[in-house]
Amino acid sequence: MSTPEVAAPLRRLTIGEALREAIAEEMRRDESVFLIGEDIGIVGGFGGAFGVYLGLPEEFGHGRIVDTPISEKVIAGAAVGAAALGMRPIADVQYSDFLFECMDELVNQAAKLRYMSGGKVSVPLVMRAPVGATNRGAQHGQSPESYFAHVPGLKVVCVSDAYNAKGLLKSAVRDDNPVLFFEHKLLYGSKGREQAGGLDLTAVVPEEEYLVPIGQAVVKRPGTDVTVVATHLALYRALAAAEQLAADDGIECEVIDPLTLLPLDGETIWASVRKTGRLVIVHEDTVTGGWGAEVAARAAEECLYDLEAPIRRVASYDAPMPAAPSLEDAIVPSVERIRDVIRRLQG
Amino acid sequence: MPPDSATLAGLYRQMLLIRRFEETVYFLFLEGEIPGTLHQYQGQEAVAAGICGLLRPDDWITSTHRPHGHALAKGVTPRAAMAELYGKGTGCCAGKGGSMHLGDPAVGMLPAIAIVGAGNTVVTGIGLSFQLRGTDQVAVCFFGDGASNEGAFHEAMNFAAVRKLPIVFVCENNLYGASTPFSAVSALADVADRAAAYGIPGLIVDGMDVLAVREAGADAIAAARAGEGPTLLECKTYRFVGHSRSDARGYREGEEEATWKERDPIPRLRPILAQELAEEIEREVEATIEDAVEFARSSPDADPQEALADVYA
Repeated sequence: MSTPEVAAPLRRLTIGEALREAIAEEMRRDESVFLIGEDIGIVGGFGGAFGVYLGLPEEFGHGRIVDTPISEKVIAGAAVGAAALGMRPIADVQYSDFLFECMDELVNQAAKLRYMSGGKVSVPLVMRAPVGATNRGAQHGQSPESYFAHVPGLKVVCVSDAYNAKGLLKSAVRDDNPVLFFEHKLLYGSKGREQAGGLDLTAVVPEEEYLVPIGQAVVKRPGTDVTVVATHLALYRALAAAEQLAADDGIECEVIDPLTLLPLDGETIWASVRKTGRLVIVHEDTVTGGWGAEVAARAAEECLYDLEAPIRRVASYDAPMPAAPSLEDAIVPSVERIRDVIRRLQG
Repeated sequence: MPPDSATLAGLYRQMLLIRRFEETVYFLFLEGEIPGTLHQYQGQEAVAAGICGLLRPDDWITSTHRPHGHALAKGVTPRAAMAELYGKGTGCCAGKGGSMHLGDPAVGMLPAIAIVGAGNTVVTGIGLSFQLRGTDQVAVCFFGDGASNEGAFHEAMNFAAVRKLPIVFVCENNLYGASTPFSAVSALADVADRAAAYGIPGLIVDGMDVLAVREAGADAIAAARAGEGPTLLECKTYRFVGHSRSDARGYREGEEEATWKERDPIPRLRPILAQELAEEIEREVEATIEDAVEFARSSPDADPQEALADVYA
């Protein structure tokens, strides 16, 4: 009998590091995977908008890292065309606000070519897009994932922690459908800790390979009194609110990260709502027509008679995102706002 | 070197097939057999036939809302194209594409892209895939004069030029974007002049002369295949019919139409062929079209059970 090996210390990565590792692994595994975007492989450049691609040109050379002009329609259109021919592009835009520059390529082309061809064409592309308000104002601070969650043919993923970010990005690369992959700017690295409520944003990421399936929600905090569904930074604020409510009011929130908005893992959410009888949805996107409305509508269809209180949404108020910190704070859901909404549900 | 007689016969057959397909489709549409709308290609046949006749099966094309001619020329069968127009499950897109999205990856054609200018960015990805894989395949992007005023046109031309992508951009300038004359929406008379802005060759071609199209296309395709980058070919052409089926063409003068019809590429080529051969081709084309209509008519409607299939892979 061999002596048991001493377990290596569990490795913790930031989301940025986890994404980089996922991309590198997929590029090593599959020659058809390549990167396309602005400022991604330029020597001495940015390594992508949030440095996620730093180090990749050194390993993979510039042949598979396609730096483009500032031409979002071309970034998305080229990704569509290459994907239709069997390549697996990972495209990105520096801010998700720029996705509106290539709505046609994403909504009219990527989402529909398969259907229009009677199933003969596949478009296996990934479009990475950073979301979130960071005092940059109305055109660099949106969270536009809801627009895309409305489009049949697309998949929409929102990642909030390093473990799921890595596993989901690898799944997205291997998926034969176009996947929009939304990441929050304040959650990439340790810098985000403070604005995320002081939580440690690193997560244990195993050395060995794993995948996280698209379309599966995770329960981040078990609870019995209220179901809270939240993504991105709002997830961490919901978790902080949950801790306060547990300590101050004895209210136990079950906090769920849906991870995928399209297709939504309704079963995990409805099972929780049937248990708790209360549902609060929290997102940084604006409230009207946001993805929370879809979750609320479907919850009403699926489990209205299990509800003991009205479904509530806590989201950014309906205004363009302001730049001033005091104004941004007034728009974006805060821990206090989430906490107070949940508290008022307890009648 | 002028094309040999087999090539000439092939070009005549291809143009005539497109013409007779379109004329037949128009009649069947008026009879109420074909749903939706049509954007037809009569008059422009020399462009599709001239260019696609130079392509290999593994070369790819992108097309537009006016794709019938491109689809037939790249190899979609008249049966599969006709059945698609009829909304039949035997159509090239299983009835899900319709007139504006004809195509088939098996013959190197994406479903036609009916958003003006959108094919221009998508084709850069096709060219990029060839470049990244190191193949010598070529992609051809067909588009109209109207597309040259879209932002997508500019982004695509610039990117294709700076990456030297193996693409030929074939502009079919038929003088009108719907009812708007090109001269009303462009200070430049020729789309080809825009190539200079991207540092690539831009050539004006007589789009009513299939041999001229073929000659210019051969050079552009050879350059793309050799890694020399894209070319912009502007084929001056004319649609003999309206923009779509509801278009009575009140914005065009009869005299202008008559002048262009005198340059019809099909009768222009016919005298070069032996009379007997031309007649044989004509009989063959009629039979092919009749067969396609019969096939489409006798195919079952697209199955409602399939309406939700193919949304996702």
